[in-house]
Amino acid sequence: MTDSKKDYQKILGSVQKPVIGEAGKTGTWSSKKPIIDLSKCTPVKSGKPSCFNCWLYCPEAVVSRTIPPQIDLEHCKGCGICMEECPVKAITMEEVKSE
Amino acid sequence: MVNVMDLPEEEFIYPGTRACAGCGMALIYRIALKALGAKTLITVPASCLTVLHGMQGFCSTKISVYHTPFATTGASASGILASLEDKGLEDEITVLAFAGDGGTTDIGIQALSGAAERETNFIYACYDNEAYMNTGVQRSGSTPLGVKTTTTPEGKLVHKKNMPKILEAHGIPYVATGIASYPLDLYEKFKKARDIHGSKYFHILSPCPPGWGYEPKDTILIGRLAVQTGFWILYEVENGILKLSRASSRYLDPSKRKPIEDYLMAQKRFSQMTQQEIEVYKTYINDMWADINRRIQNQD
Repeated sequence: MTDSKKDYQKILGSVQKPVIGEAGKTGTWSSKKPIIDLSKCTPVKSGKPSCFNCWLYCPEAVVSRTIPPQIDLEHCKGCGICMEECPVKAITMEEVKSE
Repeated sequence: MVNVMDLPEEEFIYPGTRACAGCGMALIYRIALKALGAKTLITVPASCLTVLHGMQGFCSTKISVYHTPFATTGASASGILASLEDKGLEDEITVLAFAGDGGTTDIGIQALSGAAERETNFIYACYDNEAYMNTGVQRSGSTPLGVKTTTTPEGKLVHKKNMPKILEAHGIPYVATGIASYPLDLYEKFKKARDIHGSKYFHILSPCPPGWGYEPKDTILIGRLAVQTGFWILYEVENGILKLSRASSRYLDPSKRKPIEDYLMAQKRFSQMTQQEIEVYKTYINDMWADINRRIQNQD
């Protein structure tokens, strides 16, 4: 009786571990990756934290709110929203060969 | 007005989820969690969000999530709140129910109605991608007229349910609509709802690339078109007083709205619509706005 209760607790109380890349390396879903042209990027040019549309609109949270913005290409699914939303068109989607 | 820098930098969902590329729901969820913070408990029925959270052993969110059967989202939120009240934590922790449009307009409506009637102190957010997307695009009560799905191959024959209005009729203190394309508006509304006592309801349009038939990069664009054509109205109702949100307020004037064809023809799901059906849409949108206008006039 007590043993089965322990077993149930083991199953029901199992802790789900939060991890980066729960679905694996989702960067492999698309061959096109966003590349930022830093000479056009607003926060890089002004040196002040501003714009960050790429960070705001990214559904995958792979863009960082830093100067310059960093993109985690290992998990970027290559949807291209950041390219569309960049007001100065600093982001282009380019074919990136996997190593 | 909130600025992009006012949003917390901390992420509550990790990169590399199971959501599709360009998913509107993932963006909505990310922004909502930013507004509500770490002290949140979430209850989720079967939906695309269940898929996002991942499989046994690992998950993609930092916040505790309770996966509940399809029909019981509202009831489970009431249960979670009862247990929090018992522990004296109900003021510290926000309870958030996050369901899809199928789980809200069809399967979960009675549990939601019950929870609203009991004045449960929680936030119910419905992300509306206008069909049962995670099972392969079947028609739901929230699918608009003329949409091609696997269960309506010729296009749906009737209009979608006006869910915010149904919830308003429950007399709850806060009802708001939102859309993935205006994350700052969404953030402001969630932030406001967190501090209101009682049941709060959000209806958020969530563009879906595979289900709606457009390129993943256009998620934000399509959502913006929905607002600009007047198809989707952003507003909030606080204690019965309706207020148009900033993004939608200028479209009260019909001449400012873009033609509805811009929105419909950008998506494959509307591709078989006839000119006659498009005319039906025009009157539908005008009626919707006339209703909003009448309410605003009568409030003053």
